[in-house]
Amino acid sequence: MIDTEKTSRLSRFLDNDMVWSFTHSPMAMAAGIATLLFFCAALFAPIIAPFNPFDPAQVMLWDGKLPPAWADGGLPQYILGTDDQGRDLLSTMLYGGRLSILVGLAAVLLGMVLGTTLGVISGFAGGLTDVIIMRIADVQLTIPGILTAIMINGFGRAFLPIEYHNQFAIYFVIIAIGLSDWPQFARVTRGATMVERNKEYVQAARVIGLPNWLIILRHVLPNVMRSVIVLSTLSFAIAIISEATLSFLGQGIPSTTPSLGTLIRVGNEYLFSGLWWIAFFPSLTLVLLVFSVNLLGDKLRDILDPKLR
Amino acid sequence: MTQLLDIRNLSIDFPMRGLVLNAVKGFNLQVNAGEIIGLVGESGAGKSTVGNAITGLLGKPGRISRGEVIFQGENICDYTDEQMRKLRGRRIGMIFQDPQSSLNPLMTVGKQLVETIQECLGLRLKEAEARAIELLNDVGIPDPESRLKSYPHQFSGGMRQRVVIALALAGDPELIIADEPTTALDVSIQSQILQLIRKICDERGVGVIMVTHDIGVVSEIADRVAVMFRGELVEVGGVDQVLRNPQHEYTQNLIVAVPSPDKRLHRFTCVDLIEGEASQTKIDVQTHWLGKANSDVVEDAGPAIEIKDMSLAFRLKNSVLKSQRTFVQAVDNVSFDIEQGETFGLVGESGSGKSTLARIVAGLHTADKGELSIYGKKIGFKHNDPARRHSRTFLQVVFQDPYSSMNSRMNIRDIVAEPMRFHNLTENEAQTRQIVDDLLDHVGLGKTAARRYPHEFSGGQRQRIAIARALASRPKILICDEPTSALDVSTQAQILNLLRDLQDELGLTMLFISHDLPVVRQMCDRIAVMRHGKICEIASNEDLFENPQHEYSQHLLKLMPNLGAS
Repeated sequence: MIDTEKTSRLSRFLDNDMVWSFTHSPMAMAAGIATLLFFCAALFAPIIAPFNPFDPAQVMLWDGKLPPAWADGGLPQYILGTDDQGRDLLSTMLYGGRLSILVGLAAVLLGMVLGTTLGVISGFAGGLTDVIIMRIADVQLTIPGILTAIMINGFGRAFLPIEYHNQFAIYFVIIAIGLSDWPQFARVTRGATMVERNKEYVQAARVIGLPNWLIILRHVLPNVMRSVIVLSTLSFAIAIISEATLSFLGQGIPSTTPSLGTLIRVGNEYLFSGLWWIAFFPSLTLVLLVFSVNLLGDKLRDILDPKLR
Repeated sequence: MTQLLDIRNLSIDFPMRGLVLNAVKGFNLQVNAGEIIGLVGESGAGKSTVGNAITGLLGKPGRISRGEVIFQGENICDYTDEQMRKLRGRRIGMIFQDPQSSLNPLMTVGKQLVETIQECLGLRLKEAEARAIELLNDVGIPDPESRLKSYPHQFSGGMRQRVVIALALAGDPELIIADEPTTALDVSIQSQILQLIRKICDERGVGVIMVTHDIGVVSEIADRVAVMFRGELVEVGGVDQVLRNPQHEYTQNLIVAVPSPDKRLHRFTCVDLIEGEASQTKIDVQTHWLGKANSDVVEDAGPAIEIKDMSLAFRLKNSVLKSQRTFVQAVDNVSFDIEQGETFGLVGESGSGKSTLARIVAGLHTADKGELSIYGKKIGFKHNDPARRHSRTFLQVVFQDPYSSMNSRMNIRDIVAEPMRFHNLTENEAQTRQIVDDLLDHVGLGKTAARRYPHEFSGGQRQRIAIARALASRPKILICDEPTSALDVSTQAQILNLLRDLQDELGLTMLFISHDLPVVRQMCDRIAVMRHGKICEIASNEDLFENPQHEYSQHLLKLMPNLGAS
């Protein structure tokens, strides 16, 4: 066996078989790099974007509905053209993508924490607790996720005075998507927990006398995280689509601070009057973003958790 | 005798990341018609790989890098996949380890047999059915006509393996490759299946390559033995010659490591060739952590473990109606005592309730009724009973499967230190670390072990770690639940030696559970034989093996594979 005394944690991590199969799969690497690019673009939007679409001083209403720079009538400073309010489309998309990714991440985090907690409890406790939690999840799964999200979102709006709507819209969307997402996590972690619970290392922890919560936290949870990570990546792509759908339906992010979905909705109104670019570029970005994240999730699943198919 | 198969200088490579693994190196073997060859070796020796190479079922990325496999005058290494497919079933039959998964659970046995027969021999349906009945009859399945319509789950494990053998015979092959055909079966069924294979081989003149890790199996039925070690064939010869007078050093070690049922040895003669890291250093136990008494244990309070009228039933089928529920009585009115410092053996076939009993003692299951006392203190069945909580520091378990008994996300130091940290047994972290290092040293692992993770260790090494963890809370009682059944014989010998040394040094009381009679013979002072949840007989080691009283004990002893060597 190799003497691992001197090697650092990082080099041991890089030497890992999974990292190796990831870096030696062209598809996985391509998806990873593409996703990373999208994240960087979102993170550094204020630096990369030529304009700040939320600064009224920079928005020229008379520059509205300009086509991309290479088309007839396009201006060189607006590379992908402008939207109906005269905002530079590229800048708006960068900021919009930022919002979409943020909402996606937060929603998945919420669904993951909630679903994993309930799933692990359900799988570990078994019996009546298990039955109750899983039946609730089953009932929720009979309703399509997007409908649940619309419903939760609608409830949120109904209980809040109208003047706060735009301000809190993003939180509603996050909560709505997160809450519609948890049964997936609960199901997967419950299954994984039931497998781990019967393994001998959990029995050994019981013989030592560890209380259940400590066994869950220290032994079960780290061992089901693999499936959770894979599922979060796949759910992240779905959450972005959900957000775009909500926004497209006018239930999500308001058009003053547009996300990709809002931009598509706005563009949709102008699509048949020949202003194709307002809907086209945000849609293309959305497709590419979701595709690369999905592909990444798929490849991660192949590498980390081949059983989860 | 006609020669069926001639393997010449076969080498098989598995190209892996950064290196090429030579799974088989320069392998030569001849198989004659009507002959059973036992291909023996420990896990990873390459014996199954050889079997797979002959049938063309070598898993990717494995490939034959050199040599030839000549089957009845033709080199089958050059065959295309389609030619290999035609060869399998028709001319080379296969029997796999697990009868449960080698049959399709959704098809009747008859349909599977008929399909195979039609595919291999091109018979019409009626003829194929007649042949299927004939085959089932040949492999000793009673009432074959009606059994054709049964599904695999309607057969017992042994019967299912007979069906698998019938399937292997369906195409009338000249060679059968049996990969661990009895490993998943109980001893009593194992000997029946072995006799069946012998009979088929004699009657039909089929050549059989029997891949197995179990020397007992080989000694029972094989004509010749081929011993593999690290991808190389180290010795071939007649059974008697190899087992009684082994030439190669490895074979000698292997034979010595097999526990003998005939007499009790003090130690197994140790085997250096197998695991280099396993050198044992003696520590002065009196001044050592392990030697210090666990302060609260009252030592002179009667037997270490006392069990009275213990029963536990598992619910098989749940129902709202009480009358509809079905139960299986896993432990049925069991009583026995284990004296301090004694090794008490529990023997029985799978499903006899021996593990369940151990789990009740360890507090993992709760008995329906009965009394359990440890050191004279009655233990309540509640999870947080004070006596139970107290017992957790001085009662520990070594589990069966070294691959699942450790959390793969924790390093060895954290795994071994967990009991000490949880019960606050040490004064500070530095002391904990010191003790972990000592313990690992004590069970024969190197100093660097503490920083590594479980997957970096072999099965035997992991079992040593599991023992170190069990010792960490300075136990007085150690429950060993089949501690060596997942290990190779030579590793088993080392682990058994280690357990015995620890017991001598620390005066441990042991409850030792095993299905393997020779192992129990070597380890235990007193032995209880269990069957269907009941204890048939409790006797001292010598009495049980030399003069068994109960009918079932006699039956078990008779079935025990005996090398007849040494």
